[in-house]
Amino acid sequence: MSEIVFEGVSHDFGAERVVDDVSLVLTERRVGIVGANGSGKSTLARMINGLVSPTGGRVLVDGLDVSRRAREVRRRVGFVFTNADNQIVMPTVREDVAFTLRRHRLEKADAAARVDAILERLGLTDLADRPAHRLSGGQKQLLALASVLVAEPEVLVADEPTTLLDARNARLIARHFEGLDQQLIVVSHQLELLESFDRVVVMEHGRVVADDVPSVALDAYRVLIA
Amino acid sequence: MIGVFHPGTSIVHRAPALVKLGLLAAFVTVVALVGSLAWLAAASVLVLLLFVLARVPARLAVRQVVPILWVLAFAVPVQVVFGGWEAAAIMAVRLLIAVALAALYTLTTPVSATLDGMQALLRPFGRWVDADRVGLALALTIRCVPLLADLVREVMEARRARGAEGSLLALAVPVIVRALRTAEHLGEALTARGFDD
Repeated sequence: MSEIVFEGVSHDFGAERVVDDVSLVLTERRVGIVGANGSGKSTLARMINGLVSPTGGRVLVDGLDVSRRAREVRRRVGFVFTNADNQIVMPTVREDVAFTLRRHRLEKADAAARVDAILERLGLTDLADRPAHRLSGGQKQLLALASVLVAEPEVLVADEPTTLLDARNARLIARHFEGLDQQLIVVSHQLELLESFDRVVVMEHGRVVADDVPSVALDAYRVLIA
Repeated sequence: MIGVFHPGTSIVHRAPALVKLGLLAAFVTVVALVGSLAWLAAASVLVLLLFVLARVPARLAVRQVVPILWVLAFAVPVQVVFGGWEAAAIMAVRLLIAVALAALYTLTTPVSATLDGMQALLRPFGRWVDADRVGLALALTIRCVPLLADLVREVMEARRARGAEGSLLALAVPVIVRALRTAEHLGEALTARGFDD
């Protein structure tokens, strides 16, 4: 597993401090991050991929400073967004998955084999030539996941990946998450998704207020929002 | 190009995108220069044969051409009045051939093949033009059409639900704000996928 380190990390958005002096070392296979809206959890997750830079402290992935070596870090860390529509670029499912590999300069046959393998793994083979923007919400999120996994990242960060989905599709995505080999960092409001995780971090007003196994941390969160 | 690709293994499908684009440009140019209805009729038969060769279902082919019929419904009567029936017929057939050929290209060519072709075409000019960047810009342009169409539809529904159907402001403001936000999210997603330079 990769080692993700937050060293006294803060982030200011204008005059507002959204992440406040957070220090964490994440080495577990599956880590959940929960918190109310505006608690800073999504900002924290974005820092792992370098989408947001800390205004104080630093974030390291396997010793690489994310702010200084973002490109290298992004090859290791994939990111799945809440709204898959914002992540889809190409018109068809197969083309969108293949699009990720354009920067990897693979041989055409190797790239096609990787695309086919990931489509099959996520049950998207039958949809491969369908227009991506006409898929259902669950299928779009699976496509977003496939587009990230085809690059074979070591870490997958997902920011509320099931928030826009119905219960059945949320369960489908959760099932696929369970089968992943990658280290997984998931930001979610859906607590049942995180119950089987190894560790859950609870955020409130930009600070970590609980950090434990799910049974303890999720109870602390339930008390917090009661 | 907005997801109308019809997969297949015909010779039309297998032909390189750049060859198809070149032939498309040449054919449309010739058709634009030909002033004889008889020759245009022959060209129309050739286009029909290409559709048959590509094994594109008739209904799918017709659907691509229908939008231009609306344009012709207005343009042809005007042309008849000012240029006579023959000029109107020539203009209509030329337009139909051009649209049908462009549709045949999009039906038989995945966007990624077009991007690869464009990048290959631009690579010799790498000192002046970033081929990858042009390819990405083209892909994003194509992607933004259905994205913006969905956005406008949602805002129009919301406007109707609030009883503000006639208000241009109630359409323009949320569409612009959401379009800018969507662009920001799309940029963020591209960065996360490694397209960050």
